[in-house]
Amino acid sequence: MRFEYYSSLSLVLSVVVYALAMFAHAAEWAAARRDTSLETEPERQLVGARAGGSGRPSPGSTPAPAAGESPEGSGAVRQRVEQFGRVGVALTLVGFLLSVVGVVCRGLAAGRAPWGNMFEFTTSAMVFIVAAYLLMVWKANLRWLGLPLTLLAAVGNGLAVTVFYVAVAPLVPALHSVWFLIHIVAAAVAGAAFNVGGLMSVLYLLRKRAEDRGQVRGYLAWLPTARRIDLLTYRFHAFAFPLWTFTVAAGAVWAEYAWGRYWGWDPKETWALVTWVIYACYLHARSTAGWRGSKAAVVAIIGLASFWFNFVGINLLVSGLHSYAGV
Amino acid sequence: MTQTPTRDAGLDSPEPSPGPVRDDLPQLGLRGGLRFLWAQLSSMRTALVLLFALALAAIPGSLVPQRKISPVRVSDFIAAHPTLGPIYDKIGMFHVYTSPWFSAIYLLLFVSLIGCIIPRVGVYARAVRARPPRTPRHLSRLPAYASAEVGTADPDALLARAAGLLRARRYRVRVEGTSVAAERGYLREAGNLVFHISLIFVLLGAGIGALWGFRGTSVVIVGQGFSNNLTQYDDFAAGAEFTDSGLQPFSVTVRDFQVKFETGPVQRGAARLFRADVTVTDRPGATPRDVALEVNKPLKINGTTVHLIGHGYAPVVTVKDAQGDIAFSGPVVFLPQDGNFTSAGVIKAPDARPDRLAFEGIFLPTAVQTGTAAPSSAFPDALNPTLLLTAWSGPPKVETGAPENVYSLNTAGLTQLKTSAGAPFRIALQPGATVDLPDGQGSIQMSGVTRWVKLQVGDAPGIPISLGAIGFAVFGLCLSLFIRPRRVWIRVLPAEGGHSLVEVGGLDRADARGGLTEDVAELAAELSGTAGTEQEDPR
Ligand code: HEM
Repeated sequence: MRFEYYSSLSLVLSVVVYALAMFAHAAEWAAARRDTSLETEPERQLVGARAGGSGRPSPGSTPAPAAGESPEGSGAVRQRVEQFGRVGVALTLVGFLLSVVGVVCRGLAAGRAPWGNMFEFTTSAMVFIVAAYLLMVWKANLRWLGLPLTLLAAVGNGLAVTVFYVAVAPLVPALHSVWFLIHIVAAAVAGAAFNVGGLMSVLYLLRKRAEDRGQVRGYLAWLPTARRIDLLTYRFHAFAFPLWTFTVAAGAVWAEYAWGRYWGWDPKETWALVTWVIYACYLHARSTAGWRGSKAAVVAIIGLASFWFNFVGINLLVSGLHSYAGV
Repeated sequence: MTQTPTRDAGLDSPEPSPGPVRDDLPQLGLRGGLRFLWAQLSSMRTALVLLFALALAAIPGSLVPQRKISPVRVSDFIAAHPTLGPIYDKIGMFHVYTSPWFSAIYLLLFVSLIGCIIPRVGVYARAVRARPPRTPRHLSRLPAYASAEVGTADPDALLARAAGLLRARRYRVRVEGTSVAAERGYLREAGNLVFHISLIFVLLGAGIGALWGFRGTSVVIVGQGFSNNLTQYDDFAAGAEFTDSGLQPFSVTVRDFQVKFETGPVQRGAARLFRADVTVTDRPGATPRDVALEVNKPLKINGTTVHLIGHGYAPVVTVKDAQGDIAFSGPVVFLPQDGNFTSAGVIKAPDARPDRLAFEGIFLPTAVQTGTAAPSSAFPDALNPTLLLTAWSGPPKVETGAPENVYSLNTAGLTQLKTSAGAPFRIALQPGATVDLPDGQGSIQMSGVTRWVKLQVGDAPGIPISLGAIGFAVFGLCLSLFIRPRRVWIRVLPAEGGHSLVEVGGLDRADARGGLTEDVAELAAELSGTAGTEQEDPR
C-alpha cells in the first residue's frame, strides 16, 4: 500500500516536472527566435551543402548547443538560450528520476515486473524513452530534441496517471510467461527508439522546409542540418526495427503458449504487423530514389502513428484477446 | 602534421543499387512485354508500393469483425447493417486475411521479392570475389581525405605498413604500385540477402503449417476424458494435406480443475489461476501419467500440443418423466456468455415418456437480482449457483440418426409448458432443489455443479521453419543495418627533402554510421607516426 502510494506520488510529480522542463525548453525556443546572429549562417551552410554535396556542417557552423562550447554569436541572447536549455535538461533529469522511482515502487508494490497493464507499460516505456534521450544528450548533443521529447514524456505519464491508471493487482494467468516479459521489454525499448525517431522526423520536416526556403531562423537554426537529423533518425529506426521484428516474433511465441496459436489476426497482432510493414516501408523508402528525405520522414511519422494507435486505440476501442489494459 | 580537411562523407551514400536496374526499354513483342513487366515487378518502387498496400489491406480485418475469430459478431454486424453487410460479405471483408485481394497483394509482394533476390545473389557473388577497386587518381576528391608527411622515405615499407594497418582493421587489401586499395563491409549485402530470403521461409513455414496442420477443440467435463480421434472433437479444422492417420492415439482424462478469481477490490473477478489436473495415456497400453495443464503451459504429446483454452460450468441435473422414470441424469455443458460466466445451455431428455422433455435457459454462478432487470451473474465463481429454465414437451421424435446441436434447442414439434395463468412456466433451481413440472409432466432436479474445460489439440508442422527463419531474418537485418561498407585508399608519394607524402582517402557506401573522417585521419596519423594526436571531432 505504501509503495503504491509513493509510486503514484512520484509519477504525478514527474508529470509536473516534465511539464516544467517543457516550459523551459519552450522558453529556450522562444529565446532563440530573438537570436538574429544565426539567420544568415544557415544560408551559407545551405549553399555549401548544395555545392559540395556535403551534408554535415563544418565545425562551428551549426551552433551546437553543447555544454561547454562557447557560443560565438551575440552574448546575452545566446546566454539566455543556453540557460533555459540547461534548466530544461536538468528538470528532465529530475522528472526521469521521479518516474524511475515511480516505476520501481510500482514493481515493489505488485511484487512483479511492472508491465502488466497499460498504465504500467506506458510509465515504463516513458522511462526508456527519456533514458534514451538523456543518454543521447550526454553523448551526442541531442538537446535540440528537448521540447518535443518533454512534451511526449509529460503527455505520456500524464495520460498514464489519469486515464490509464489502475490500482496494483496480480496478473491474469495468460501473462504468466517469460515470453511475455521478453516481449514487453523489447516492445518498450523498440517503442522508445521509434518515438525518438518519430519526433526527429517531425523536426527534420520543419528544418528541411526551412532550408529549402532558405529561411532557417530562430529555433530551427539551432537544430543540426536536415541531413544530420535524417541520419540520426535513420540510426534510431535502424536500432528499433530489428528489435521490433523480434518483439512481434516473441509475441507470436507467447501467443502460442497462452492461446494455443502463433498468429490469429487479433487486432493487436494485426497492428503490430502493420506497424512493422510501415517501418519496412521507411527503410525501403530511404534507399529508393525520389523517396528519401521528406517522404521517408513522413513514412516514419505514419509508422509512429500506427504504433500509438496500436497501443492506445486498439487497447481502448477494439475488443480482442489483448484486452488486458485493465482500464 | 596531419591535416584533416573537413569535407565529410558518410552522408552522401551512393545510390544503392535497387536490385537489377534494367534500363532497357520495353521491346516489342510478348517477350519484351513480359521482361518489362518483370522488371517493373522486381523494382524497389514496386516493392515499396506493395508493402504499403499490404499494410493498408491488413487494417480492415482489425476493425471489421472476422468470421474466423468471432462468427457471432459477424452475424450481428450483418444484422445491424442491412445494406453494408452483404456488400462487405461479397468483397471478403469478413475474411480479410484469406480474401483474394489480400492474398494477391502478399503473393505479388513475394514474387517481387524473389525477382529481387535472385539477380542480387548473382551480383553479390561476383562482388565478393572481386578485388577492391583501383585507387582513384585524386584521393583529395573523396568525401574523406587526410594527408601527412613522413620523414623516412621507404615507400615500399610504408605501403606494407599501410596494408598491415588496413588488414588489422579487417579490410580486404590490394597493393598496387604506389598505393593500397582496401574495402570492407561485404557482410552488409549478405545480411540484406539473408533477411529477404528468410522472409520467404517465414511464409513457407506458415504455408506448410496451413497445409499439413490441424487444430480442434473439445469440451471435456471434469471427471471425463478425451481420446484423440475425429469423433471426439467439437470443431476441427485441418489443412488440405492432413489425413486423420496423423492424429496421435493418446487420451487425456481431466481429474480436477481449479480456478481462482480476484476477490479484492481491484480487477474484481479477473482470473488468477486455471489449472487442470489431467492423466495422459500417450498411446493405448502406455502407462498413464499425471500432469498439470495450465494456461501458458501446454502439454506436448508426441508432437501434438494440448492447450487449456477455456472453461465453464456444467450443472448436474436429473430429469424424471411423467411416469417417474429417470429420463436424463448427468452434467450438462452451459456455454459462458460474459465475463461473469452467465452461461446458456439446453437440457434434453428425448427418452422421457409419454412426451419427451427439453429445457432451455441460463446458468448463473453468482446470481443476483437487482430490481426488475433480468437476473445476471455478478461474479465468475460459483458463489450462488442458480439455474433458470423454461420447459418444453412434445411427442417422441423419430430417430433419424442425424446429428443434433447439443447447445441449441430446435422447438419444432415442441410446445412450451405454461402455468395455469398462461405464462411460460419458469424454473429456478439451486443445488439440491427439485421442481415439479405442471400437469404432472415430471420433475427436474439440480444436484450440484461441476466444471468443464475446453481443450485445444493441434499441430502446426511448419512453425519451427518460420521461427528459425525469423531468427535468421533478425540476424541478417542486424548485419544489414549495422555493418558499414567502406572503401579506403592510401597512396605514398615522394615529397621534398627525401620525405614521403601519405595520402588517405575514404568513401562510405552506406550511411549507416558516421566516423569515416575520423578513421581516415587516424590512418594518416598512424602512418606518419603521430598516432595518439587527438583529432578534433568535426561535429
Ligand atoms: C516482404 C517484403 C519485404 C520486406 C518486409 C522488406 C524489408 C526490408 C527492410 C527492413 C530493409 C532494410 C534493411 C536493409 O537495409 O538491409 C530492406 C532493404 C532492402 N530491400 Fe527489402 N523488403 C521486402 C521486399 C523487397 C523487395 C520485393 C525488394 C526488391 C525490389 C527489396 C529490396 C531491398 C533492397 C535493395 C534493400 C537494401 C536497401 C539498402 O541498401 O539500404 N525488398 N528491405
